[in-house]
Amino acid sequence: MTRLGAVLLVLAAAASAVAAEIPLAERRSSYDLLSPETKAMQDDDLSNPGSLWVLEGETAWERKTGEANKSCADCHGDAKETMKGVAARYPAFDAKRSTPVDLEGRINICHTEQQKAPAFPFENRELLALSAFVARQSRGLPIESNDARLKPFIDKGRALFEVREGQLNLSCSQCHDDNFGHKLAGIPMPQAHPTGYPVYRLEWQTLGSLQRRLRNCMIGMRAEPYAYGAPEYVALETFLMWRARGMKMESPGVRP
Amino acid sequence: MRRETTRRDLLLAAGGLGLATVVTVRPSEATPASMQEAIRKVIGEAQVTPGKVKLDIPPLVENGNTVACAVNVDSPMTAQSYVKAIHVFNEKNPQPNVISAWLGPRAGRASISTRIRLADTQKVIAIAELSDGTFWSDSADVIITLGACLEDPV
Amino acid sequence: MARALINVPAKAKRGDVIAIRTLISHIMETGFRHSTTGAVIPRDIITTMVVTYNDTEIFKAELHPAIAANPFVTFHTVATESGTIAFRWTGDNGFDVSEQAKITVE
Repeated sequence: MTRLGAVLLVLAAAASAVAAEIPLAERRSSYDLLSPETKAMQDDDLSNPGSLWVLEGETAWERKTGEANKSCADCHGDAKETMKGVAARYPAFDAKRSTPVDLEGRINICHTEQQKAPAFPFENRELLALSAFVARQSRGLPIESNDARLKPFIDKGRALFEVREGQLNLSCSQCHDDNFGHKLAGIPMPQAHPTGYPVYRLEWQTLGSLQRRLRNCMIGMRAEPYAYGAPEYVALETFLMWRARGMKMESPGVRP
Repeated sequence: MRRETTRRDLLLAAGGLGLATVVTVRPSEATPASMQEAIRKVIGEAQVTPGKVKLDIPPLVENGNTVACAVNVDSPMTAQSYVKAIHVFNEKNPQPNVISAWLGPRAGRASISTRIRLADTQKVIAIAELSDGTFWSDSADVIITLGACLEDPV
Repeated sequence: MARALINVPAKAKRGDVIAIRTLISHIMETGFRHSTTGAVIPRDIITTMVVTYNDTEIFKAELHPAIAANPFVTFHTVATESGTIAFRWTGDNGFDVSEQAKITVE
């Protein structure tokens, strides 16, 4: 390689070097960037459209279904007790599968293996309602990520967060680590912490999962998104929750 | 579900604009003229006077899909003097009507709020019909911005 | 599967003006969007909301496609007597949902 080539290579490597982790005291939720009207929409359960899914989830929790004719409540009892703190530590390591599983994935595992019902398709309304209901039980609780078994997946997620991709050749990190707080096309750039998922996104006019949001990001960067359910999403989610640890859950959040 | 292909979509697909955003120019069928026509259809030939009505809409909105919109009318709301109806119109959506609400002395306060969709930066008008047959209005100009990372159909 | 969330104060003093807030799940499909094949997605909206207080109509609204998905509507009424405040939303494709709340007025 020529000397110039070597210098350019070093510069390129430096430009996409490992981004420093945002210290806990400086982690900010995208909530802070919302207009007062959108904040008001999230703050009040009565005006938060996500509450409609929480209500549906509460009903679905009690409903007996599948060949086993069981409801979530039959095994898990009162969600307000048993699901408290659960969403705050998901994705969680599944020992049987030797990989982490995210919240929607876990609900689907219970739905197929315990209730013996056909799997919910991705972004299915009932699946999201259950996810919103469970996540709601963690509202106000700090995100936790201290399972050593998750480390390889956090590392994988970090690598995905930092790799340049797509026609724009951008990495997540370049915007969300290096440039948060600055404006991109007039919109303030968030740090991108998953504190409010599943989220009612005004752009979607409906509630959606973190996986859906990550797909949006990839499409926005003109990169081909991974297939639904790909392990890359779970790795990214695991990394993002680790990166956000200590921040309070807001689910269901409202975002533009 | 896909929304209409706009010039913005074509330019971005060509990779030409990258992340630079354009305030959307969605092909829409309404015009200030058709809004006037819609107003006439609802209130007839009566004269509309600016005043008494307060239309609250944020001047700059993150997403045109859900815009907080409140209308308050200055009225004692007694059996002798009350607001009969509030009508809201817009200039540039495909359709000019937004909402019509019928009140009456039992309302106690002529104050309603909702969330509306605005397809583009435009003017919104609220018209109140009073029990004495007069019509009053307020208007607001709203700027719609867009998110930087766009979604294609899921 | 439409869910509606209504907020009516459980108790009020006679003559008080109370605020009522409602939120109902509905896609409010405008009828102006197109699918990937170019076909128009047909309109599917709530068109009317009627509220009665012990069977007397106290509020009525006509909604158009410009109302955002999952319509949120708030209004006011005078607490006149104890009883039932009833809500009914109707719209395209036979949409017809009712909810009620009780109020105690002293």
